[in-house]
Amino acid sequence: MAFIAGLSRLSPNVIVRKITGAYVEVFRGTSLIVQLFWLYYAIPMLFGINLGSNWWIGVIAIGLNYGAYLSEVVRGSIQSVAKGQTEAATALNMSRFQRMRLVIFPQAVRMMLPEFGNYTIQMLKGTSLVSLIGLTDVLYYGDIMRSTNLAQAPLIYLLVLILYFILALPLIWLTRKGESISKKGVASE
Amino acid sequence: MKEPIVQFNDVHKSFGDVKVLKGIDLDINPAEKVAVIGPSGSGKTTIIRMLMTLEEPTSGDIIVDGKNLWKMEKNGKPLRANEKHLRSIRGDIGMVFQHFNLFPHMTILDNCMVAPIHVKKEDKLEVKERAVQMLDRVGLGDKLENYPSQLSGGQKQRVAMARALVMRPKIMLFDEVTSALDPELVGEVLEVIRDIAKNDDMAMVLVTHEMDFALDIADKVLFLDEGVIAEQGTASQVIEHSANERLQTFLHRFRKV
Ligand SMILES: Nc1ncnc2c1ncn2[C@@H]1O[C@H](COP(=O)(O)OP(=O)(O)O)[C@@H](O)[C@H]1O
Ligand SMILES: [Mg+2]
Repeated sequence: MAFIAGLSRLSPNVIVRKITGAYVEVFRGTSLIVQLFWLYYAIPMLFGINLGSNWWIGVIAIGLNYGAYLSEVVRGSIQSVAKGQTEAATALNMSRFQRMRLVIFPQAVRMMLPEFGNYTIQMLKGTSLVSLIGLTDVLYYGDIMRSTNLAQAPLIYLLVLILYFILALPLIWLTRKGESISKKGVASE
Repeated sequence: MKEPIVQFNDVHKSFGDVKVLKGIDLDINPAEKVAVIGPSGSGKTTIIRMLMTLEEPTSGDIIVDGKNLWKMEKNGKPLRANEKHLRSIRGDIGMVFQHFNLFPHMTILDNCMVAPIHVKKEDKLEVKERAVQMLDRVGLGDKLENYPSQLSGGQKQRVAMARALVMRPKIMLFDEVTSALDPELVGEVLEVIRDIAKNDDMAMVLVTHEMDFALDIADKVLFLDEGVIAEQGTASQVIEHSANERLQTFLHRFRKV
C-alpha cells in the first residue's frame, strides 16, 4: 500500500498524483479512531455496504491509515536520494524504469527501513484501538481481568505493558538491523 | 573531410531570465580532444550537460553523429525529443562528474557492470572480463569487491572513469573531474585521463582548470566567456599566444608563476 501510494505521488501523471495525494491527506489528517468508526458504523449505514467482520475492518482501517503515513516515508526517501545518482544513471543510458529499479529505489529502501520499523511498532500499539469496535485485543482482556479483580489492577496493566513490549521486541530488533544496513550505501543530498 | 561527431549550431541556453549561453557554434571531430576553459559561471558545465541530455537547450541544434539530439520528427512534423529518442543517441556519450556520483550501494565491480548488462544487454561474463580489465587499467584491480565509501576521492574518480569506459562511448565528457579532489590526488586522476587520451580513439571534451594538462593533451582549446566561445584554436595558440585580454587575465590567475 505504502509503496504504491508513495510511487504514485511521484508519478509524472497529474491525476494519479492528485488522487493519491488526497488519500494520503485524508488518512493522515484524521485519527485512526475516527476512521475505524467510519468504516464500522457510518459506511454500512450510509451505503448499505457491509465490509465484513470487524476483524477485517480493523485490518483495513489500520492498513489504510499506516499505508498513508508510510507512503510519505517512501516518497520522502526517494526524493532524498541525491540528484547526481539519477544523472549518473542517465549518463549510462538507463531507462527511467531502470534508474528507479537499479539505482534510486535500492538506496531509498535503505533510508526507509528505520522509519518503517518505527511505524510498525506504532501500528502494533495502534491495534489496541480496535477494541472500540468490539474486537478483543490484549488491552481488552487486561481490562476484563482488572474488573474481576480490582486489587490487581496495577499488576495486570504491567503485564499488558510487558506483553506489548514482547510483541514489539522483534520489531525493535529488526529496526536496529535496518538502521545498520542503511548506514552503508546511500548517497543523499 | 571527415564528418564531425558533434556539432553545436547556434545553441542558446537560459535558466529563467538568465541567459547563460548566447549562441554556441562548435564542431568536434571523431577522436578529437577538446579542452574547455573559462571563468566559473561561464557555462562550461551547461554545454556538456546539454550534450549528455541532462539539460535541454533553449534554442539551436546539437547534432550527434548526424542525428539531431533534442529534436525528432514524427510523420514529418518536428517535435521535441522524447525519452526514447534521447536514449537512441545517448548511448554514444559517456560522462564523468565533478562529484563522481558512484552508486554507493554497489561494489566497484558492480558499478562498472550494471549498465552494460542492463542497458546494452551484454553477456555477463564478457562484461565482467571487460570491467575487471578496465579497473585494472585505472589501477584498481585489487578493489573490485570494495564499496565506494571505502575509497579515496582519487580512487572514486578513477572508478567513475572505468564505469563510463566500459560502455565504450564515442564521446567522453569530463566536468572538472579533479576539482573536488585533494591536491595530492589530482595527479593520479590526470594520469588516467592522459592514458585514455593517448590510447583510445574516442572524442573527449574536458572542462578543466589544469592549464598545463590541457596544453599537453588537447587538440583544441575553447575559451568560454560570458556565454560565447571567445577564443578557440590549438592549445598553444589559445593558452600561449592569444591576444585576448580577458583570456590573459583569466590565465594569469591560474598560472602558478
Ligand atoms: N539548473 C540551473 N538553474 C539555474 N541556473 C543555473 C542552473 N545550472 C546552471 N545555472 C547557472 O548558469 C551559469 C553557468 O553555470 P555552469 O554551466 O555551471 O558554469 P561553469 O561550469 O562554467 O562554472 C551559472 O550562472 C549558474 O548559476
Ligand atoms: Mg562547472
